[in-house]
Amino acid sequence: MKNKNVSRRTFLKALGLGGAGVLLPGTVQAARQGEELATLLDLSRCIGCGECVYACRESNEYKFPRPEKPFPPMFPKRVKVADWSERRDVDDRLTPYNWLFIQSAEVEHGGNVHEVNIPRRCMHCQNPPCANLCPWGACSREANGIVRINDDVCLGGSKCKNVCPWDIPQRQTGVGLYRKLLPRFAGNGVMYKCDRCFQRVAEGVVPACIEVCPENVQTIGPRAAVVKKAHALAESMNGYVYGEHENGGTNTLYVSPVPFEKLDAAIQKGPGRPGLQPVPNMMEDEENLAMASVLAPVAGVAAGVLGIGAKLIRENEDEE
Amino acid sequence: MKNRTPVTRWFDRVFVVCCSVLAISGLAQMPIFKRYYIADIPGLGWLADFYFTHKTHYIFAAFLLALLAQVLVLWFFRWRTDLKLSGGGMLRVGLLAGIVFTGILRMIKNQPGMSFSPGMTMIVDWAHLGLVLLLGVTAVILAMVKRRAYATWKK
Repeated sequence: MKNKNVSRRTFLKALGLGGAGVLLPGTVQAARQGEELATLLDLSRCIGCGECVYACRESNEYKFPRPEKPFPPMFPKRVKVADWSERRDVDDRLTPYNWLFIQSAEVEHGGNVHEVNIPRRCMHCQNPPCANLCPWGACSREANGIVRINDDVCLGGSKCKNVCPWDIPQRQTGVGLYRKLLPRFAGNGVMYKCDRCFQRVAEGVVPACIEVCPENVQTIGPRAAVVKKAHALAESMNGYVYGEHENGGTNTLYVSPVPFEKLDAAIQKGPGRPGLQPVPNMMEDEENLAMASVLAPVAGVAAGVLGIGAKLIRENEDEE
Repeated sequence: MKNRTPVTRWFDRVFVVCCSVLAISGLAQMPIFKRYYIADIPGLGWLADFYFTHKTHYIFAAFLLALLAQVLVLWFFRWRTDLKLSGGGMLRVGLLAGIVFTGILRMIKNQPGMSFSPGMTMIVDWAHLGLVLLLGVTAVILAMVKRRAYATWKK
């Protein structure tokens, strides 16, 4: 969707002096034309101050769940409620009320000890399984690269989390459409995750986590430019890139001075705490099978034509 | 034979198997088989594997497209002069066309670089699911009143 309201001035409006550094050339035009934008996180700059975490909360607070209690009793009993409404302050993992958190790792590499802080949120994959496999149309990928869950529609089945290589979306029970349908028997709330401040981007303002960062850790721009900059940055620090090819390509690229295998081994992982492991393209088979589906009707037409031909030959032979 | 469309029995069987697998793998896209213990039945654990059932859905959708393309060719170049669609046949052909159309849209959306708006995504998904449910109900009703034939011979 094209957005004529986006100008360089509006994109920079909320940024302080030096904020222009977080915008790559072509960003304004790409945003105006609804083209794919990606973010680059320079981990060598992140000091783990948490400003991005607080800004994220403040910017997105109006989207956070307001569950109605008591929750409908679930059937069957194996279906567990997920209630974070009494633990809204948790900020050391992803929750429905915390869409961005910082992982820290102390890693030895090249004879030096590196302390690396890693802001973690949705990777905004280029071909996201969460959006492709959502059976309800609640999750979708937008042309500007944002992967977003529609909280008016989501039933909280958690399938998006199950198919996400990083288990990013988090569930809150007691909220959403399922309460109006069959609250005991289908659905279990709404799934929440980073939507890269879609409302700000639509108005031509960069996401809150980017705007507020005192160290300019993040850069936003057209994906091709971001990838180019990520490689240049990695080369300058003899570092490594994560997110360019993971899951077939994401719109969140990390550049680190230490290998991501070492970071993955050093960070605390578990529910709401994603890893930094290598991830194959989860949708690759479907991409190939879709091509097979294009050929299938051709085979069907050929079978039909050959069937007619065979029948006509038989009939001609019968007449003779 | 006069009450049957002139498709072979193997075609009939492949079509039924195809639609059945598509219905099951399609329903398995909703997280219900694990919730309701069906995937706990030995041998049915695959019903809770979203990637497996999704790929299965794609494979059998390709089979269905091939079958339908074959029938279309035969209909327009051979059967049309001798056969006419029954009321139930017309209804099911319309529903099938809608299912195929929305399924193709979904496949296109799932390709890299393709984006539908959130509203469009929802419409396509709900239409696909709704049309499948309608086709299922229609097929059951027509079977119960013994009017399963898609087409009848012209007199």
